[in-house]
Formats: sequence, structure tokens, C-alpha cells
Amino acid sequence: MADTEDLSLSRRDLMAAGAASAAIAGAPATASAATPDAPHLAQVTFKVNGQKRSLTLDTRTTLLDALREHLRLTGTKKGCDHGQCGACTVIVDGRRINSCLSLAVMHEGDEITTIEGLGAPDKLHPLQAAFIKHDGYQCGYCTPGQICSAKAVLDEIKAGVPSHVTADLTDALKVTAEELRERMSGNICRCGAYSNIVEAIGEVAGGLSKGEMA
Amino acid sequence: MKFDTPATTNPIDQLKVVGKPTDRIDGPLKTTGMAPYAYERHDALENVAYGYVLGSAIAKGSIKATDVSRAKAAPGVLTVVTAQTAGKLGKGDFNTAKLLGGPDIQHYHQAVAVVVAETFEQARAAAALIKVDYERAKGTFDLASAKDGAPPAGKDNPDTAVGDFDKAFADAPVKLDETYLTPDHAHAMMEPHATIAAWKGDKLTVWTANQMVAWSRGDVAKTLGIPKDNVRLVSPYIGGGFGGKLFIRADVILAALGAKAAGRPVKIALQRPLMFNNTTHRPATIQRIRIGATQDGKITAIGHESWSGDLPGGGPETATQQTRLLYAGANRMMKMKLAVLDLPEGNAMRAPGEAPGLMALEVAIDELAEKLGVDPIELRVLNDTQVDPEKPGRPFSQRKLIECLRTGADKFGWAKRSARPGQVRAGRWLVGMGVAAAFRNNLVMKSAARVRLEKTGRIVVETDMTDIGTGSYTIIAQTAAEMMGVPLHQVTVKLGDSSFPVSAGSGGQWGANSSTAGVYAACVKLREAVATKLGLDPAIAEFSDGRVKLGNQSLPLAQAAADAPIVAEDAMEYGDLTKTHQQSTFGGHFVEVGVDAATCEIRIRRMLAVCAAGRILNPKAARSQVIGAMTMGAGAALMEELVVDKRIGFFVNHDLAGYEVPVHADIPHQEVIFLDETDPMSSPMKAKGVGELGICGVGAAVANAIYNATGVRVREYPVTLDKLLKDMPVVA
Amino acid sequence: MKAFTYERARTPAEAASAAAKDPTARFIAGGTNLLDLMKLEIETPRRLIDVNGLRLDKIEATKDGGLRIGALVRNTDLAADKRVRKDYGVLSRALLAGASGQLRNKATTAGNLLQRTRCPYFYDTNMPCNKRTPGAGCSAIGGFTRSHAVLGTSEACIATHPSDMAVAMRVLDASVETVKPDGVTRSIPIADFHRLPGNTPHVETALTPGELITAVTLPKPVGGMHAYHKVRDRASYAFALVSVATILHKDGSGRVALGGVAHKPWRVEAADSALPQGIKSVSELLLAGAKTTSQNAFKLTLAERALGAAMAQARS
Repeated sequence: MADTEDLSLSRRDLMAAGAASAAIAGAPATASAATPDAPHLAQVTFKVNGQKRSLTLDTRTTLLDALREHLRLTGTKKGCDHGQCGACTVIVDGRRINSCLSLAVMHEGDEITTIEGLGAPDKLHPLQAAFIKHDGYQCGYCTPGQICSAKAVLDEIKAGVPSHVTADLTDALKVTAEELRERMSGNICRCGAYSNIVEAIGEVAGGLSKGEMA
Repeated sequence: MKFDTPATTNPIDQLKVVGKPTDRIDGPLKTTGMAPYAYERHDALENVAYGYVLGSAIAKGSIKATDVSRAKAAPGVLTVVTAQTAGKLGKGDFNTAKLLGGPDIQHYHQAVAVVVAETFEQARAAAALIKVDYERAKGTFDLASAKDGAPPAGKDNPDTAVGDFDKAFADAPVKLDETYLTPDHAHAMMEPHATIAAWKGDKLTVWTANQMVAWSRGDVAKTLGIPKDNVRLVSPYIGGGFGGKLFIRADVILAALGAKAAGRPVKIALQRPLMFNNTTHRPATIQRIRIGATQDGKITAIGHESWSGDLPGGGPETATQQTRLLYAGANRMMKMKLAVLDLPEGNAMRAPGEAPGLMALEVAIDELAEKLGVDPIELRVLNDTQVDPEKPGRPFSQRKLIECLRTGADKFGWAKRSARPGQVRAGRWLVGMGVAAAFRNNLVMKSAARVRLEKTGRIVVETDMTDIGTGSYTIIAQTAAEMMGVPLHQVTVKLGDSSFPVSAGSGGQWGANSSTAGVYAACVKLREAVATKLGLDPAIAEFSDGRVKLGNQSLPLAQAAADAPIVAEDAMEYGDLTKTHQQSTFGGHFVEVGVDAATCEIRIRRMLAVCAAGRILNPKAARSQVIGAMTMGAGAALMEELVVDKRIGFFVNHDLAGYEVPVHADIPHQEVIFLDETDPMSSPMKAKGVGELGICGVGAAVANAIYNATGVRVREYPVTLDKLLKDMPVVA
Repeated sequence: MKAFTYERARTPAEAASAAAKDPTARFIAGGTNLLDLMKLEIETPRRLIDVNGLRLDKIEATKDGGLRIGALVRNTDLAADKRVRKDYGVLSRALLAGASGQLRNKATTAGNLLQRTRCPYFYDTNMPCNKRTPGAGCSAIGGFTRSHAVLGTSEACIATHPSDMAVAMRVLDASVETVKPDGVTRSIPIADFHRLPGNTPHVETALTPGELITAVTLPKPVGGMHAYHKVRDRASYAFALVSVATILHKDGSGRVALGGVAHKPWRVEAADSALPQGIKSVSELLLAGAKTTSQNAFKLTLAERALGAAMAQARS
């Protein structure tokens, strides 16, 4: 029985603990390997933009490819596939991650939010509207990642997560241009819309504070 | 329609829609992830197999043997295509190296095979099972050592000379003679080169990411040896290009070959670590600049020589281009030499020629100003010219360089700059300001469009023009709305399909002016057809508020299409105005940097660009083009370099961790000012381009600011801290 | 990427024992470096053991006043932990100087220590590399070496360790707690955890096959002024050219370690002792025996200057 009193225990822990009877809880396999190169398939169930999705996937499938190729949610982009650009940023259980560097099968039970979950052309999220207003995008390819990242950045600041440019680690955080620039630096925009992106995010945050750099 | 006399008043001048800072109309799709890029066409076709490209492990030589047996036997694999099995392939007009190598290998990571499998994971794993046995050949990889034997760049880029440079330089009382190095640069656009290819009989459709639909359609046909009419190329959304997607790359051809062999549609995206050596790049240059001047700063001699390298059959980086036109001076000499290098193919990247050329020239001007003891802006003003210095009878159509520099100086607080370097300190930072002129020629290209008035009164524009983030969708819609007298939301724009009329495409900053001029031409025809249909004189009918008006008559536009839609198609072509007048765009870049007094880390604090580039069709989109170019220029100044391993012959740092481009934290708030200008010599739109102007000169402005901050002059880009450290005094 | 089986482990000892039975097995936690390397077939595990369910994600006080950081504590959470921010500022700063927000949300404490080098020749499987194939040779030597090591290098390898966190851990005298496949636990001082390349650059840590990191323990706070100064070309999202972790006390004593210069975080006891004598003496001792190339010799000057900057920062 899971230790439900431990508040830091994640839901995945609970599921793993509950489901596992053997020493090593293997993900349910629907095919086994005949040759060393044969793919291993596994099932995974998670929620994407509020909707429960179950997939049987090659274990090698990244969360990014599961979204783009299997669920056909192509708003999340593949820019480098190596965690070097941020175009694949999605929000998992409230936190932004690079979906290219995460296996889909490792997201059992997770809640995933992609750009499609934030808003639609006829029902824009405030960040999406602000990006349009401030022209915070050009080719559009890094844009969904920038917006997902921006949403999480504002939540991180609210939650008091410090950054490299936070002058005093023990002070309350402010939304400054420097803070946004540092925190958004994992999202590369080769078109160079940075200046506009920061203005768009700043507007949604309710304006930028003056800050001093670390 | 032919444009061969200067534009007079026309419906665009109303500026009811054109010239407004309208939000870009592709915004809602792009910000919600709904705009489909090349690899994402789940809407267009089913049953798509996955291709994965294997790149050559050597830079030069040949393939002795390829063993694909294990790959072919791997789970899920449908086919493997190599040069041996591909059949005879041609080479596109715009490609230098072959897109599928073997048996000869021309450069590192040249594609040598593609594996097609049921899934991406299977294709990638199987590609690693291919065994290629190579025979290495000796290659030439070092520009510096190949430089001395390099021949002239060829008949397309002849040396030019006016007066007697050698004598004038020798006689000049003040001389500058310096050599500047710019490295190879990668486009590093965020969307990798990607294609889905599908055959229906002998007809091929490719959904791809490409800036130049017609060129590339032709090159697909030529490479595959099929009629052009059998190829359809679709490219409505492009995740950045910067010149890297002007031409077809291996993804297109290998997807087509793979699809043919597999009997299934195939999609391929070049994997990021392959892109840097597999595709094209901006070639490195070595530039020697000599300027002779009088004591009071008049240039009497100006010489610019540039060396670059490329594969056999390739072209030079035309880094001397701007020096022919930017400053006055009676005695002039420009030379370009082109060495043969066995590195990956060099080709166009944002403002080819001017971008690296100005990184050298505008530092040289800064150095000359210091020698003369004059302000660098005043030196530029003193040597301004309103005519082509090589052909004084040929005036510039517009040239507001001085106004750009003066306006910028005023807005930026240039007067506060210390002429003596190393004087300003703010905390740990040494602070300096730099300026550079921006210059880029205005090119015009024939461009066609089809416009249709629908029964509802909606205007539909179709052209094979592309939008690579530049705002083409929006400015084309603005043009059609202005011409037809309808609100912007009444216009639908369809782009990037070879079944549409051939446009100028996106390149050389010609896209905005040329493609909208093509739409203008088609709209003039549509106005004629509409007015005629309504029984009004097309020459004097007014189109506004969704109505066509003449005298006291006023009819709804839609009425003309009550029976059937009215379609008009035309192209804008150009006469001799580009020959009689030099058409260029100008600007001034202002940069303030901080250099850490201890570690020499360099951070940009402020950036301003002032641009004079004809009519600005959409100031919001145009401003974005300029700030984006400033950002890329900052990267070129501070960090971007494809590092050549001269032993092996490849770009070592071939991913986005190794090839650093600017991130958010590198870029401050950026200011852009557009001077009020219209250029009636360029087109009826009276517009020119800004997308490349913005990168021209930025790098030099950054380098000049670093010098002003530190007193250390670095002539080898990128200006990184290791190049400053040895000469930086230890400051407490 | 080679095909692999995927399983979720329940307890650390069981995970370790499962891994020991299969030489092709690897643990996966955040996966941010392992998957990157698997895509390039630099890592080719045929069995992945997901350790995320091992409940090693807490930061707890130790009996002697220190902190025990679970192996699975994410970099973001470690950097943001109030106790870490207050008492181990150098660690918080080092973490925040590394990678990006997205990566820090996934990357774990143990995984950060186990990062592999970012040497571009290691990353290109067409290039011989002694780390990938022992005895194959080193392509970096004689090639592009601007980012490479200047201290503790060998004829076989001049790679650096890319971690920022590990440099702070080194200056904090952390210990790495592990469990072996036989269930035996041990504590490895951080100084002994990473190895110099020598003739076996593929052996990067003191871990034995199947051995699993369960926690990293910090001794009780030493006070002082903390600073982490990371020098890089790009302002963020870049590996260090040189970094300095330092803790300074009012009396002039303190500790210092360098990142970006060696196959492991670089700390020299004698250099710590020399801190009261000033930067010159400290850097001479820290950088003694350096072996540079024309491309990375600047790191010596830079290290000395960065040391000065870090000390100024600590005092500010």
C-alpha cells in the first residue's frame, strides 16, 4: 500500500507502487523481441490537453514524436531533437520540459499541456494574443515552444523559483526584463524576435518591474 | 505589366491599408501551432513512411563498397536508397555539390544513403547499420593556406578599378591597411530541412520547406530527370530560411527517391547534427582593406580585396560588393579571389556579400576615423556620395545614409560617447558605443499573381510567393485590400504552391517589394475587368469601401462577380530603371556594449537601427525583420563560427550546442526607426527591402563598440573574450 | 537508437541488482543526457531501468546538520530549496547557471554528476574517441580544442566534465551515496567520484557496474560568502569556458574550485590555503602543471581573472 501521507510523493510513484508486484515492474509488453533489433512495444496512458490518451509505442518513441506523429499534435516542434533549442517545450504536470529528451513511456499518468491546449485561433490564450500583438514571432517554428515556456516561466516566478540573474536568492522575485530573458534562454528564436517576445510576456505579466542584475 | 518609368500616384498611395502596422494575419495559426510545416502534413496524406539520411564519414574521396544488408533486414525497413540504386541523377542548376553522394564524396556528411522504414525509430536505427567502406583522398580545407594561389572569382564577379588606386594610396597622407577575417556561418534556422514526397504515377508532389518555389520545382525535376510539369512543390509555411532554403537539399530528393522505391509517401527531416555539414553555409572570408585619405578625411583611394573558398564550380562570398558603392573616392580597386576548398558547399546566407563585407569595411572606417582624429559619423558624412562612384552619371534613386546616421546619433545619445576608448566604467563593466553604416542593394524580380473576386466580394490572391517569417501573407493581403478597396479581412492569401503563378520568391530582400508589385499588377487587371463588367471606365473608377465608384455612381464590388467569380492574372516585370539608377537601402546601426573588466565577457546593452528603405509596407513586420537581422548580426559579431577541422575537413561544432547563436539573454530591447521615404524607381509600391539591410553593419557596430569600451581592436570574428584577454589590462 | 526494453524499478537495491545482471542495462532518470547520446548511438543500452519511482526525491536534514539530497531531486528543486539558497548559495547559483529551465526541470542530482563530456569529437561517431572506443585514439588532440581541458589531461583524452553543479559540490565537500547490486551502500567523497582520464578515459567515475547513486550529502553549512562565476561566450544556455565556485570567510580563508578546465571539478588544497595571500598565489597553485594548446591557453588567464571576479562577487 502506498504511503499516502507523504505529500512529496508524485502520482507516478503511487501508480508504480500500486501496480508493481514483482521486484521490477515491467511496462506491459505487447510484443517481445525476436532479434536484438526488434522494437519493444509498451503501452502508456497519459492526459494530453485534458484528454486521456492510450498509446502502444516503440519504447524508443520520445514524448515529442508521440505527440507529433502518433497523436498528430504537430504544434509542438522538432528543431534539434537534442535539447539544444527548446522548440519542443511542453508542460508536464505544471512544469516545462524538452519533450524531445523524454521517452513517452516514462509519462504514464502524466498531464501534458501542449500549445494546442493553451488556446485556438478563435480562442487565443492571453500569451498567444500578446505574441501576435507584439509580433513576437516570425517564421513561427519556435513559437509554440516559446509560448509554452513563457507560461511556465510566469508560474515559476510566482512560485518563487530563482534564476541565474536573481540578484538576491533570498528575496521575493520580480518580473523584470532580465528575469524573462534569462528564463526564456532555453528557447532559441533564430529569426530573432526576442525583443518582442519579452515585451509580449511582460504585458501578460502585468508589466515589467525595474530590476537589478546579479 | 512592365515597370519602366518612375512610379507616379497610384491607388497604393492612399495608404488606407498599406503602410499600417497591422498584426500579421498568419499570427493566429502560428501562435496556436495550427500552421502546418512541411513535415506535418497529416492533413494532406496518409500512410507515410519515414526516411533517415546517412551522411558521409569522410570529407573527400570515394566509396569503395556499401553494405546495406543489415539495414535492409532490420525490422520495419521498406527500402534503402544509395547512389548505386538510385538510378541516374542530374544536378540542379542551383546546387554545387550533388545531393546524393557516391561513389565520389565531395564533402563531409554529404548524403550517401537513405533508409525508409515504417517508423522514425526504425529508420534511424537501421541507418546506423549501414557499413560504408571509404577511400579517403587528400583535400584542401584551409582558406588561409589556399588563399595565395586562388584565382579570380570569375566572370560573374569581375575585378573593378577606377582611377589609379596604387598611386593614390601610396600618395595618401593618411593610410589604413588592415586584414579582417570572418568565419563560416550557419543559417541554423529552427525548422530543419524537411520534405514529404508522394508519387501518383509519374507525378510527384513534395511538401517541403523552400523559399523559391519555381527555382526548386525546376531543380527537383532536373535532378530526378523528369519533366517539370510532373512536379508540384508545396511550401506554405517555412520555419526560417535565411538563404538556406533557397535551393533544394537532400531531404527533397531522397524523400522522392525513397517514396518511389518504397511505393509509399515518405517524409524526411534532416537531423540537426547532419545539417551543418550536409547543407550550405556562408563562406569564410579574408578581407584586406586599404584606404588612403587626406588629412581632413577625404578618401582618395579605397581598395577592398576578398578571398573565399568553395567546392569546384561554386561561387565566392561577394564581400567587396558594398565597397564599390558606399563611399566616395576617385581611385578604387576591388578584387575577389576564389579558392577551391573541399568543405561543404558555400552559398547564400542573409545579405550574402554585404553582411561579411561590412563587418570588415565598417571596422576599417572606424579605424580610419581614429587615425584621422575625426568622429566616425563625420567621416562617413564627409565621404558620402549621391552617385555610383564607379559611374558618376548614375545617381542613387534615394540615399539617406547621412540622415540615418544623424538621426541615430541623436536618438542614441552618440554625443556622450568618449572618443578615447576604455574610459567608461559602470560597475564591473567597461562600456563602449559603436556605429556602422548599413547598406544593401535593392533587387527587383519579376513576380506574378492571380487575384479573384468571389461572389461574396472576397478577394483571393494566389501566388507561389513564400512567407519565411517575413510577413508576405500580410503585406500581400494589405496590397490587395488597398487596390481593391476592401478591408483586410476580406482578403484571402494563398502562397507557396507551384500551381500558383510564379513569384519573386523570398531571397535577397527582394520579396516584399517584388511580390507585392506582382499583386499590384494583377489587381490593376482585376480592377479593369470589374469596372468593365460594371460598365464604368476602368481608367478613372475608384475602388473603396467595398464599392466601385465613379462620379455619383457607386456599385458594390461584389456585384461584378454576381454571375461568376472574376479572375485576373498578371506579372510585374522591370525595365532599365535599375540600370539608370543605383537602387540601394541604407541605415545606421548603433550599439552599446559592456565588457567585463575582469573576464572580458561581452554583453550588448543597447541597440538601435535607423533605416531608409523606401516605403515601409507594414512597419510592425518590417521592424521585426530588422530586429531579427540585428540579432543575427550580433551573433556573427560575438559567437557564431563554424569551426573547421583542417585535418579532417569538416565543421566540428555541428549542432546547436556547439554552434552558438544568440539566446534571449544576449539581446537587449532593440529600437528601430524607419525614415519616411518612398522610392518611385523601385516599383509602383515604392518600397524596397529591409530583411537583409538589418544585418548589414551590425557586426561592425558591435566590434567598434567593443573597441570603444576596451581599446582592444579585434579583426578576427567572432570577437570572443579569448581574443580580448591578452591585451586587456588587469583592472582592480 | 538501438531497441531496448523498458522497466520501472521499485527499490534502489533491486534496481542495482537488475542492472548488474545485464551489462547492456542503464538507469534512466531525467534522461536529458542519456537520450541525447542514445539518439547518436554513443550510448546503446538494450535495457533501460527507470529509477524515477525510487522515491529518492527528497531533501532532508542530516543528523550532523547537513543536507541529504535524494538522487532524483530535480535541478530546479535543488536550486530553489530554501535551505540550499540560504546555506549553500554556491550550489544554488551553480545549478541556475547551467542548462535551461526546461532541462533543469528534468535533470536530476545524480544524473547531473554523471553527465558525459560535450567534446564535439566524442559526439561525432565518425571520429575516433578513446571514451567511446578505448584505444581508438583521440581526435580532439590536434583538432579544435578551445573548450577542452588544461589540467589533468592525458595523451588519451583532453575532455572536460561539463557540470556546473559538480563544481559547487566539490567546493562544498559533498559525498555521493550509492548502493551496490549486493545491497551494500557506500559513501564516496566528491573528490574521488570523478576520475582523471589517464589511459582509461571511458571510466569516468568511481562507480562499479550496477552501482546506483541514491543521494548526495552535504556537510553542515560552513557559512561564508558564496559565489559561482561562470564564464561563457553566450549569456545563457551554454557550457562554461571556465567557472569558479568559491566560499570566502571574513578572515580571508576559504575554498575554491574550477569548472571547465578538467575531466573533473578542479580543486587543490594548497590553493585553498593560499586564499589569504591573494589571487595570484591561488591561481598559480590551482593551475600548476597545466598543459594547454594554442586554442585553450587563454583558459589560464581567464581562470585567474574569473577567480578575481568570483571573489569580488562573493564579497559584494
